[in-house]
Parts: sequence; structure tokens; C-alpha cells
Amino acid sequence: MTKRDAVAFASGLLFALGLGVAQMTQPAKVLGFLDIAGAWDPSLAFVMLGAIGVHALFVRYAKTLPRPRFAEAFSWPEATGIDARLVAGAALFGIGWGISGFCPGPALVSLVTLSAKTVAFVLAMLAGMAIHRLFVRSNP
Amino acid sequence: MTNFTPWSAMLGGVLIGLSASMLLLLTGRIAGISGIVGGLLRPMSGEAVWRAWFLAGLIAGGLALSVLHPASLGATPVPIGLAIAGGLFVGFGTRLGHGCTSGHGVCGLSRLSVRSLVATFTFMATGALSTYIVRHIVYGGQP
Repeated sequence: MTKRDAVAFASGLLFALGLGVAQMTQPAKVLGFLDIAGAWDPSLAFVMLGAIGVHALFVRYAKTLPRPRFAEAFSWPEATGIDARLVAGAALFGIGWGISGFCPGPALVSLVTLSAKTVAFVLAMLAGMAIHRLFVRSNP
Repeated sequence: MTNFTPWSAMLGGVLIGLSASMLLLLTGRIAGISGIVGGLLRPMSGEAVWRAWFLAGLIAGGLALSVLHPASLGATPVPIGLAIAGGLFVGFGTRLGHGCTSGHGVCGLSRLSVRSLVATFTFMATGALSTYIVRHIVYGGQP
């Protein structure tokens, strides 16, 4: 296990705890946030506020560094354009999120409950990713 | 009906922000969950192992939550058929759109990426719309 792997493990662990404290791992809570026409619960907007508030400061700091501590370079995303794939992909993701109350991180964290619906969601999510790889990536 | 919990939500958000910052400053990688998982389906040399460790950390965090804060873990209230449909849309959509709530919503917005801003507004809008359709039209207020 390299230092990079150890950091990745710790980061995943902390990420999961954050999702749990924020109750993002409770799909009913997420659906309460997305249900603006019902008994709207705006709590999860504060997750974004807390996460972006902290991370934006560290991103600014990272941009002043020559390289990360345990790697050769920062892997900043290179794409900047706004195209149909970005919007269509985000739209489809939102539909799935709004149907189920699960996005990828919370679903993976919730796997430990071994709930049939959570396991089914994660397997379907992996299938959706595989379908994309088979039918979209090869035909750009 | 759920309760308004701004402080625990903000604290959880801070932990997520610290997690993404740790990964960025020490390894230079972006904490986008769909990218990390999707990348594992097509392992590239040198990039698969840290992704697997990140995933192991997520699961370890889930185990810790199941002991320390079990009420935070719940299954989706919708029937299993909708859970499967939701998973398919989430998996396909996050790969097509290159990100999810973490990659675009947290990491992208923190970088002031306009691309991520467009993605975030789009998935928030379609998320609210599909929740509305499922809850208020299909199930008449339930689940």
C-alpha cells in the first residue's frame, strides 16, 4: 500500500462519514430536499455550502503548489466546453437521483446495510456505467 | 416528512470538503465518486489501485456509520423496480455527463467551473422534476 493508496482510503472513509453526518445516505432525506412542491426540506443545500466553502479554499491553495505531496502532478479536469453530452448526462443522472434518492457515493456507503433495494440500485448503476462504456465511448 | 437539519448537514458538508481537499492536496486527484467507480470498470495502469482503496474507504465508512450512527443509513422508499431504473439512469448519466453530485457539485463548483455549474443546475432541475412526478403524480403524495 503506497502513501497515495493510504490517502485514498482515508479520504473515502472521511467522505462516507461526511455523507452519513449530513444524512445524504438517507434517501428519504434526499427526496425531501428534491421535493420542492411537497414538504420541502432544504437541509441538503447546507451540505453543498459546507463542502464547497471548505474545498474552494483548499483548491485556491492547491493552485499555488507546484505538485501534490504524493504524486507528480495535479489531475485537473481538462474539459471546459458545454456540450450536449454534458447536459444530457447530467439530466439523466438527475432523473435517476430524483426517482431513487440515491447518488453514487451514498449508494455505495449504504451497501453495508445489504438492503435488497440498495444492492439492486448499485448493480443497476454499474450496469448503466457498463452500457455507457459499451455503446457510447466506442462511438464518439 | 423529514426535519430541517442545517447544522448537521453543514458539518457533514465540511467533512466532505476536507475529504476532497485531502485527496487533492496529497494525491492531486479529484474526489468525483462516479469517475472513481467508473474508472474501475476500465482499469488503467496506475490509476485502478488508489480508486479501489478510495472505494474500500467508502465501505469502511459505511461500516463505521452502521455502528456509530445507524439511523443515518436507510434504503430508498420507492419500490425495487424504480430503484433499478434509478440506478441505470444514475450510472449511464454520470458517465455521459462526466460527473455526479461530488465531481460536478462539490469539486467542480469549488473550482468555479462553468461546465460543472451547468451540470449541477441540470441535475438539480431534473431531480426535482422526477421526484415531483414519482411522488405527486404516480403515487399521489406517497412514498
